[in-house]
Amino acid sequence: MAAITLKGLKKSYGTAHVIKGVDIDIDDGEFVVFVGPSGCGKSTLLRMIAGLEDITSGELTISGRVVNDLPPKDRGVAMVFQSYAIFPHMTVRENVAFGLTIAGASKAEKEEKVGEAARILQMEHLLDRRPSQLSGGQRQRVAIGRAIVRKPQVFLFDEPLSNLDAALRMDMRLEIGKLHQQLGATMIYVTHDQVEAMTLADKIVVLKDGLVQQIGSPMELYHNPANLFVAGFLGSPSMNFLDVDVKGVNGQKILVSNAALDPVEITAKTTGYTVGGKAKLGVRPQYLTPVESGGMLHGSVALTERLGAETVVELTMKDGNRLIAALARDAVFPIGAELGLTFDPAQTHIFAL
Amino acid sequence: MATITSDNHGLRLAVRYAVLVLIAVIFIFPLVFMLISSLKPDAQLLADTSSLKAFLPVGDISFNNYSAAFKRAPVGLFILNSVIVTGVTVVLSLIVCSSAAFVFVFVNWQGRDLILTIILATLIVPFETIAIPLLLISSKLPWIGLDGLTWGWLNSYHVQIIPFVADGLTIYLFVQYFKDLPGELIEAARVEGASWFAIYRRIVMPLAGPVLATAAILKFLAMYNQYLWPLMVVQEEGYRPVMVGLQYFFQLNVVWGEVMAYLSLITLPVLAFYLYLQKAFIASIASTGVKG
Ligand SMILES: Nc1ncnc2c1ncn2[C@@H]1O[C@H](COP(=O)(O)OP(=O)(O)OP(=O)(O)O)[C@@H](O)[C@H]1O
Ligand SMILES: [Mg+2]
Repeated sequence: MAAITLKGLKKSYGTAHVIKGVDIDIDDGEFVVFVGPSGCGKSTLLRMIAGLEDITSGELTISGRVVNDLPPKDRGVAMVFQSYAIFPHMTVRENVAFGLTIAGASKAEKEEKVGEAARILQMEHLLDRRPSQLSGGQRQRVAIGRAIVRKPQVFLFDEPLSNLDAALRMDMRLEIGKLHQQLGATMIYVTHDQVEAMTLADKIVVLKDGLVQQIGSPMELYHNPANLFVAGFLGSPSMNFLDVDVKGVNGQKILVSNAALDPVEITAKTTGYTVGGKAKLGVRPQYLTPVESGGMLHGSVALTERLGAETVVELTMKDGNRLIAALARDAVFPIGAELGLTFDPAQTHIFAL
Repeated sequence: MATITSDNHGLRLAVRYAVLVLIAVIFIFPLVFMLISSLKPDAQLLADTSSLKAFLPVGDISFNNYSAAFKRAPVGLFILNSVIVTGVTVVLSLIVCSSAAFVFVFVNWQGRDLILTIILATLIVPFETIAIPLLLISSKLPWIGLDGLTWGWLNSYHVQIIPFVADGLTIYLFVQYFKDLPGELIEAARVEGASWFAIYRRIVMPLAGPVLATAAILKFLAMYNQYLWPLMVVQEEGYRPVMVGLQYFFQLNVVWGEVMAYLSLITLPVLAFYLYLQKAFIASIASTGVKG
């Protein structure tokens, strides 16, 4: 029903090319999250879908209909803004009912639908207040209430939780997830926050400089990043990248090593490695295990952060580079101590340079 | 470091009020002089000007000047004319200029910046330079009124109103104010299905209280003080505004008491307007909850 497709979508402001050809297929009822560094074009892309930003070229369809030239009101979308954008001169009730008022709904219909939205969002007691009398979280509820009351097929969220504190953020995150299940609508959600992306998304779209880097389920992206950028972007602390020399190539099996790394055979997903060439080997901090003696990686402890349930160790490697290891337990490592680490070669990612 | 104790807080308050009172007095004295003088016969009025008595209702006090003023000129008619012309112009100007500014700020269209620049450039053109061409144009324009199609706008209300409905300054005031409104409010309304007109009426105008008040005051004063233009385009007494009416008091013998009485009378609508606007202004700030 409300499937969305983006085909070769581009956006330029004069000579500044902000979106450089984006293709995404979004199924009906899917929860899609756009992530990427600041300025990569997430908001722009979302606003193009909403109709708030012209499409320079390419094709955008919603429910099979090309909507490139339709104004926002004819696209059947609702949007929640980072700044909430609730109308300061209206009560909460009037804010939530705004879309219905515009559509000419009867008083009874408005009353019923606003009541229902307020029930879902647990804000019945706030309906007669003015926005200036609400907290940030309550304002965000009003903005979401205004979006759900018209029962649109598509919801667009632009960093809706970024102005909230950590605890409230988690509550609202769970609520948005619940809302998605209840409404079954297609949702596109822009965020900086990895946790929001990983927990909410059916599908994550990683963007960088106006281009899609990878599209896939959270676990697909986490376990099979398509490139260095995606590998480094998802996961916390972020993935270690070792500069390694290719010592041997045998089909998909690549033998690599460097000054700090004993030779190890890695199974690559792509070809294009040559003996004597360079590559990057990615290892997540969680997959590194310190060992009493031996180990495949060698360095000395530069810093440890004890978080109770987790210990993050920063090492200076034999080749002078930095490496982060994260242990799922409390442990003490004296600064300067020599440390050997092992890892499972199957849990690494190799990228040709 | 300065500390606020209850004493010096009181002192500061006293100083502040003293300054405010002084300013108020400076502004109010001419008004008091006008009102008091309007009650005195000329001989006493002129004698009193050399002393503080000029500001006091002493001596031979009466309303004679007022009845004389009403005899000399159709004061009520002039005030009515001015109120009609000013009132209609202010209302139309707020509607037209805010709509124009809305389209300049929120709607994206080709040539928008160029046209806005041209409109703002008209701010530096003094009215006197366009008065004559404007007179020539207005004297030839068609008008459809109660007596059908007529040619030439002279001697009417609309000739005093229409040229002043749209002006660069008012549009500029609205443009500046609209630019400062959060853009996401307008975008949210668009996504919610509001047409441009609905956004104008339901979102932008309800939030525009302060700029409406400012624009209304400026327009009111400019229109109520119109002199040159009505002098040029209105020959019939029936459409004459208050400032042109002042001439009646400088023909033949000048009686200063009558002049003061006339001025006092034509000041009344201005005061009424200020009081109304002050209330509306406060109400609008209270209801929009716009905070600093
Ligand atoms: N009106 C504009 N004119 C020119 N460039 C613009 C305009 N609006 C946005 N940009 C540019 O487009 C790029 C993408 O902006 P966008 O707001 O989509 O980034 P974002 O991914 O949402 O970033 P953030 O995470 O910081 O919100 C930025 O480099 C920005 O400078
Ligand atoms: Mg953004």
